[in-house]
Amino acid sequence: MTLATLHDWVVTVDHKRLGIMYVVTGLVFLVIGGVEAFLIRLQLSQPGLTLVPADTFNRLFTVHGTTMVFLVGIPIVFGFANYLVPLMIGARDLAFPRLNAFGFWILLFGGALLYFSFIGGDGLYGAGSAPAVGWFAYAPLSERAFTPGNATDYWNLSVLVTGFGTIATAINLIATITTMRAPGMTLGRMPVYVWTMLTVSAMTLLILPPLSAAQIMLLLDRFLGAHYFDTQAGGSAIIWQHFFWFFGHPEVYVLMVPGFGFVSEIIPVFSRKVIFGYATLVVATVSIGAVSFSTWAHHMFTVGMGGTLNSFFAASTMLVAVPTGVKIFNWLGTLYGGKLRFRTPLLFCCAFLFQFLCAGLTGIMLSVAPFDWQLTDSYFVVAHFHFVLFGGLLFTIFAALYYWFPKATGRMLSERLGRWHFWLLVVGFNLTFVTMHFPGLLGMPRRIYTYPADRGWDMLNLVTTLGVPLQALAVLIFVVNVVYSLRRGAPAGNNPWEAWTLEWATTSPPPAYNFATLPPINSRRPLWDVQHPDDPDGPHE
Amino acid sequence: MSSTALRGRAGVIGFILAETSLFAVFVVAYLFYIGKSLTGPFPQDVLELPIVNTICLLSSSVTVALATRALASGRVARAGAWLALTVALGLAFLAGTAQEWRRLIFERGLTIGTNLFGTTFYPLVGLHASHVILGLVMLSLCAAFAWSGALKAAHTQRVELVSWYWHFVDGVWIVVFTVVYVIGR
Amino acid sequence: MSVLHAIETPNIFAPVSTPAFAIRDLSFFVLAITAAIFLIVAGFAVYTLIRFGRRPADPDREPAQVYGSTQIELAWTVVPLLIVVVLFLVTARYVWGLERRAQPPDALEITVVGHQWWWEIRYPKLGIVTANEIHVPVSDATRPTPTFITIQSVDVAHSFWVPQLAGKMDAIPNKTNRIWIEPRRVGTYVGQCAEYCGLQHALMLLVVVVHPQDEFRAWVASQQIAPPEAEATRPGRELFSSLACISCHSVRGTPGNGVFGPDLTHLMSRSTLGAGAVRNTPGNLRAWVKDPAAFKAGALMPAMKLDDAQLDQLVGYLVTLQ
Repeated sequence: MTLATLHDWVVTVDHKRLGIMYVVTGLVFLVIGGVEAFLIRLQLSQPGLTLVPADTFNRLFTVHGTTMVFLVGIPIVFGFANYLVPLMIGARDLAFPRLNAFGFWILLFGGALLYFSFIGGDGLYGAGSAPAVGWFAYAPLSERAFTPGNATDYWNLSVLVTGFGTIATAINLIATITTMRAPGMTLGRMPVYVWTMLTVSAMTLLILPPLSAAQIMLLLDRFLGAHYFDTQAGGSAIIWQHFFWFFGHPEVYVLMVPGFGFVSEIIPVFSRKVIFGYATLVVATVSIGAVSFSTWAHHMFTVGMGGTLNSFFAASTMLVAVPTGVKIFNWLGTLYGGKLRFRTPLLFCCAFLFQFLCAGLTGIMLSVAPFDWQLTDSYFVVAHFHFVLFGGLLFTIFAALYYWFPKATGRMLSERLGRWHFWLLVVGFNLTFVTMHFPGLLGMPRRIYTYPADRGWDMLNLVTTLGVPLQALAVLIFVVNVVYSLRRGAPAGNNPWEAWTLEWATTSPPPAYNFATLPPINSRRPLWDVQHPDDPDGPHE
Repeated sequence: MSSTALRGRAGVIGFILAETSLFAVFVVAYLFYIGKSLTGPFPQDVLELPIVNTICLLSSSVTVALATRALASGRVARAGAWLALTVALGLAFLAGTAQEWRRLIFERGLTIGTNLFGTTFYPLVGLHASHVILGLVMLSLCAAFAWSGALKAAHTQRVELVSWYWHFVDGVWIVVFTVVYVIGR
Repeated sequence: MSVLHAIETPNIFAPVSTPAFAIRDLSFFVLAITAAIFLIVAGFAVYTLIRFGRRPADPDREPAQVYGSTQIELAWTVVPLLIVVVLFLVTARYVWGLERRAQPPDALEITVVGHQWWWEIRYPKLGIVTANEIHVPVSDATRPTPTFITIQSVDVAHSFWVPQLAGKMDAIPNKTNRIWIEPRRVGTYVGQCAEYCGLQHALMLLVVVVHPQDEFRAWVASQQIAPPEAEATRPGRELFSSLACISCHSVRGTPGNGVFGPDLTHLMSRSTLGAGAVRNTPGNLRAWVKDPAAFKAGALMPAMKLDDAQLDQLVGYLVTLQ
């Protein structure tokens, strides 16, 4: 890469380039977060190991969680949106290209700040000043009285700063989707994926500021002697939890719902059928977004809120499962009666369907508050949320990568390597995370750096760890696939998958201005209409 | 309305929504901790209703609206004058806040670390004041551009967006006033 | 030495106490529903993928485009909603049932206070203070004798979790929580802190020993008396009283009334040291007093920097605290 090319990328405000930069950054942090997980699993593979000392272990799980949510999930989700949304609605770029670039660079800065903590402070030995308060930093543990030094501040500031970037990107996406759609592209004709991004962008606007507020309060406590969460001065530990989870629960929907959007685009193309129940999917998406705001305290069933609140949050959590489940049915309804093409994107979507079903069902178990009193804070819930974010979100991300890589680069990824990647990941993921439910059922709490040999958890932890090398190999194969295909992949052409949405109506990769001309937009599938002038979608919708 | 103008409106609305969410949490924290301070001074002991401050700030919403209207009809100089008055009223508000804080800190001994009242009062009012400062910077720039002749009627929509932000800041003050000086006392 | 039965795996599906039984019953109901949903949906998915994944006779012709079906979509929205309603009603019944359990006037009351990284255990009405190990009487189904536990914390959030006895309840500073247990089987049941509370969160063992009624009364009696003062252990006792030990620890009958660390009056009646860091034997006790961090890095008890002679004297005294 020449200096001039590097310069172009650094100063770019083009949504396509920024989108790629976001996704690549997220994937790099995925590998880093994966290494952290590997070390955690190594330490827990047998009882009483001392590979990783307690201090380092606590830092590892804190940074692993923080990385995966804020430096992998959010960047990849918003990175894809960056790339795809303008193309899907027939726009030339996002509404505010410079704000877009700002969002990316502040993410990078925040990530660097978090990882600088490993070498700041005490230096590398003992993992320096990396935070060790857990990714949700419960008070008062995160207060200065119990965690002196700067480790927690690295967590606080890096997440605060990346949060501003996410808010900026959300504003950008909302402005783009509401005001820059091409003529004919009504809201009711937008791809489901764009609806998911509109929904989660609106959610982001409402949930990220509360997190920022809570973090500012924690900073004030730690640096200016305020008492927001200082229980010794009458402050409340619980209010941190309320503020955090008011952000934290909708946040996991912000992460997952775009994954639903990917699936809603990919399944129809590889079934050769229109999406079954577009309107239902859109209503379900918006409903999930709205109802998710009422569920946060299901993370706090054991805090002692009392029967009324416990019951309310159980009800709201069960309620949000309904539109989520409905989506699964719509996807199955799309596959049914189709002519399925089992290329790599569809393979990942199929695994997603089963894995996300499991995730949703364990979520139902957790919504039953008394059952949650046993399951929460144990390895059962750790298995649950990895099923959502790894078996769910990450699998859809890989589907999306295989699906849109040709559009972004002009080359196809290797199907053969894709299959190896897929099967290794499915086996490795399920070996680890199906197994992981059981130590939780047998009383193993989360966030412990070791456990005794007399509890009956030994074999389960060993098997859990054994899935990790398979996952690592799968991801390695993916990286090899990308590097190889960038140079030697088969040329993709405009529309290698015979898809129907606008991004496939331009070259691969698209020119800087995206579209030389747009096809007429009279339905949700403009290219279907072009190919089937005798039976366009419009009258059916 | 041009596409750029629409975009700008959507962006500012989104920004204001995010800011509302941010303030809401500080308001909730304030409300939650009412009556929970373990030691004094307590709100009823030290807070005085900031009537003059409030009148200044709320009037500035009127003046900024008048400024936008003047600009829309091409009266740039008049718009500049109204903008300058808005800034002056905003500065008066800030001066009043500074005076109040000086009294609270040095005469009544209330700091952010004194008790839960101090902890929740200063960040809430301070967050609002910081937004006032930001707004004043933008309004001052607009006033300066009006004075220099760079501001034109074609820029009305942009100035209107700044005025929306300013109205938002005033709206937040109404909430803060109610929560801190009425409910909390 | 305490009566320590063999430890069972703390399986939530092997309850011994009424709340844990209730939760298990509820969980079976939930698992039945979720299993049925899984079988139906996954089964349909497998069927669909196989049937429509077969190589079609005319791959180039697009299949029939089905845009949706209001009836079907309504059905698959309403049915889950109904399931949710039923699930919620059952859940609410258990939530309130468990919370509203009336406390009999003569019920045993225990206060558990979470510390970094040990559990302070008090029996307020019986005048007993101990650490990390709870002893309760077994409850007879005909005449239940539940134990009501008040849960607090002095520092950060912890969580009290003994899976076979009840669901977990957090120990939150500045807040008082309450749970109840009603063990129906004699035995020893373990748990540990279930809310990340800092460096040694992993080493906050909870041991609950359920005794037959008469054995429990004997335990109470043994805990209520102050340890006898033998002449042989006077040097050790005086060492204990004169060193910084007493600023953190209490032993009834000595000047020691510190509350920062565990009460040591009946130290040797407990099965572990350091809340599960190591088994409580004289040898381990000596090593612990010499340098707690060797067993539990970061423990808030400092190494007392005693020489061997002092250690022998001190430990010689401590092992008499039965």
